[in-house]
Amino acid sequence: MDVLKIADRTFNSRLIMGSSRYPDPQTLLDSLEAGGAELITVAIRRVNLEDPDEESPLNLIDRKKYQILPNTAGCYTAKEAVLTAHLAREALGTHWIKLEVIGDEETLFPDVPELLKAAEELIHEGFVVLPYSNDDPITCRKLADMGCAAVMPLGAPIGSGMGIRNPYNLMIIRDLIDVPLIVDAGVGTASDAAVAMELGADGVLLNTAVAQAKHPVQMARAMRLAIEAGRLAYRAGRIPRRLYATASSPLEGLIGTDPND
Amino acid sequence: MDWSPEVTERNPGDSAQRPVCIVGGGVIGLAIGWRLARKGAAVEVFDLSTAGRGASWAAAGMLAPLSEVGFEDEGFLSLGRESLRLYPQFLEELKEDAGVEVRLDTQGTLIIGLDRDDAERLRRLCEFREHLGLPVKWLSGTEAREIEPLVSPRTSSAIWIPDDHQVDNRALVEALKTALRKCGGTLHENRPVEAVLNEEGRVNGVKTEEGEIGAACVVIAAGCWSKQIGGIPKELLPPVRPVKGQIITLRQDKLYSLPHVIRAPDAYLVPKGDGRIILGASEEEMGFDTTITAGAVYRLLERGWWAVPSIYDLEIQEIVAGLRPGSRDHDPIVGKTTIEGLYYATGHYRHGILLTPATAFEVSDLILEGRSSGVFAPFGPTRFLPAGESAVGW
Repeated sequence: MDVLKIADRTFNSRLIMGSSRYPDPQTLLDSLEAGGAELITVAIRRVNLEDPDEESPLNLIDRKKYQILPNTAGCYTAKEAVLTAHLAREALGTHWIKLEVIGDEETLFPDVPELLKAAEELIHEGFVVLPYSNDDPITCRKLADMGCAAVMPLGAPIGSGMGIRNPYNLMIIRDLIDVPLIVDAGVGTASDAAVAMELGADGVLLNTAVAQAKHPVQMARAMRLAIEAGRLAYRAGRIPRRLYATASSPLEGLIGTDPND
Repeated sequence: MDWSPEVTERNPGDSAQRPVCIVGGGVIGLAIGWRLARKGAAVEVFDLSTAGRGASWAAAGMLAPLSEVGFEDEGFLSLGRESLRLYPQFLEELKEDAGVEVRLDTQGTLIIGLDRDDAERLRRLCEFREHLGLPVKWLSGTEAREIEPLVSPRTSSAIWIPDDHQVDNRALVEALKTALRKCGGTLHENRPVEAVLNEEGRVNGVKTEEGEIGAACVVIAAGCWSKQIGGIPKELLPPVRPVKGQIITLRQDKLYSLPHVIRAPDAYLVPKGDGRIILGASEEEMGFDTTITAGAVYRLLERGWWAVPSIYDLEIQEIVAGLRPGSRDHDPIVGKTTIEGLYYATGHYRHGILLTPATAFEVSDLILEGRSSGVFAPFGPTRFLPAGESAVGW
């Protein structure tokens, strides 16, 4: 069975979905269903964790069906991110954290020194840390080496929908690390998700591409299928690229056409 | 006594005996109450604090179905346009009863973009509106600044929406209160309704701290508090939650003249006839919290200044946080429930001011004549019931 294993958990779905920017809570719920995700990330600083209202988007998500993955979106210092992770652990009873330490509002690129600092501290405290990082192989290797449960390099800036901008870096990261590689951010449409999976990613985390699509539920299903297709293609092994044609029609009977000869 | 509101016409003599009780005195509750009272029904409106000081007060008063329509929102678009069409008649009749005029501002709305990414986003919004056949116009930055010279010189794209209007929502609140009273309705402020009462499966009153009041029927128009009324089975309560919005009021100076509503990326500016400029609004899932926060205010001022740089020297008159009643699908919940005599008019989310006329006409017609216009057909209270349970009552 081809499952995604992160820390001590296994997941049948390789899609991790965000929960923000949806047109309304019902569309969020229907999209999660259509996407088939099992891990749903929630921005802790954008919700009221003490709110008992069952209509709040956080409480509408069925915790029996989905694992909530709190994230530290909106944190600019390691300290804020660590405190936010503590808050999430207390309120949601999970020691899993999607760690985001943002360096700049315009690009939302990670602040790497702060990210490494926060990751180190949270790992020391026993958190399962899934860091959102640059697509820099050295940073990703450091994160993996210090004990992050996965690394989550970006494909392109958050919310940009620009797709996989540097596939070569992702391939190098794939080679360098042995924890799960989740492509986080940049996916704009289904083919982007498929490309990430074909490059060897273990999963894709996305939000805006679905939430802001004209028809989010349809796009969620498209992403689910693309990730399955990309994963299958990766495992099936693509053929080498050639400049010249090679006939598809059978040539049996000709001497030397059996590749096993 | 078996007076039901539908028999008013047949038995007008009974109509004074039991009132229609309306839970919630925001624009929706007040407007329904006024429409009913205007037609001679006895009306009691209850508000948990000062009427009209919740979302109705914090709102910016934009009447903007064309700006607001989302990609899967065509039902909302029809409803919003119908309500906007009803506005002149609504305000005319309100003037007759309240004795004050609330003016409909028809100057139009400009949606602006400040960079390449904004232009891409606006192009998508414009094409969708063109596809729906809506009267919108794509403008260059220069053309946009001819319409509104105070917008930023960085403006590089815009959509002109002449048919999206605005109204002074606070003036509307005050006029509705006056009209309700002048038509014989009663407004109980600082009097929360604890529960809806029933007898033999039919709503027959409300309970407040000061006692029980008999009712011919009950309308829940309590905005984001609509789910907190006792006496209604949990599964039949309207699924609404508070969606926090922080909003800033600026005071226009002598140099400043901004006639149009400006919608910029992440902020809008709505100039009011009395010199106020409403700069809004955040949208936050914070439960019933109404704290004013540095981040939201910073963001609004920054984005407002990006769009219209001359706001820099304006006085900040007020900063408030209101709670929009967001339903689970962000559409309103209006109409008859499966409980006899119980009506909902809630969940208007960002569109309460826009949808006030349509909601008030619909609910008052339903109660007095049992007649539904059809425009609310997709927005009935039963749509949230699990399949097969649409006939659930008490």
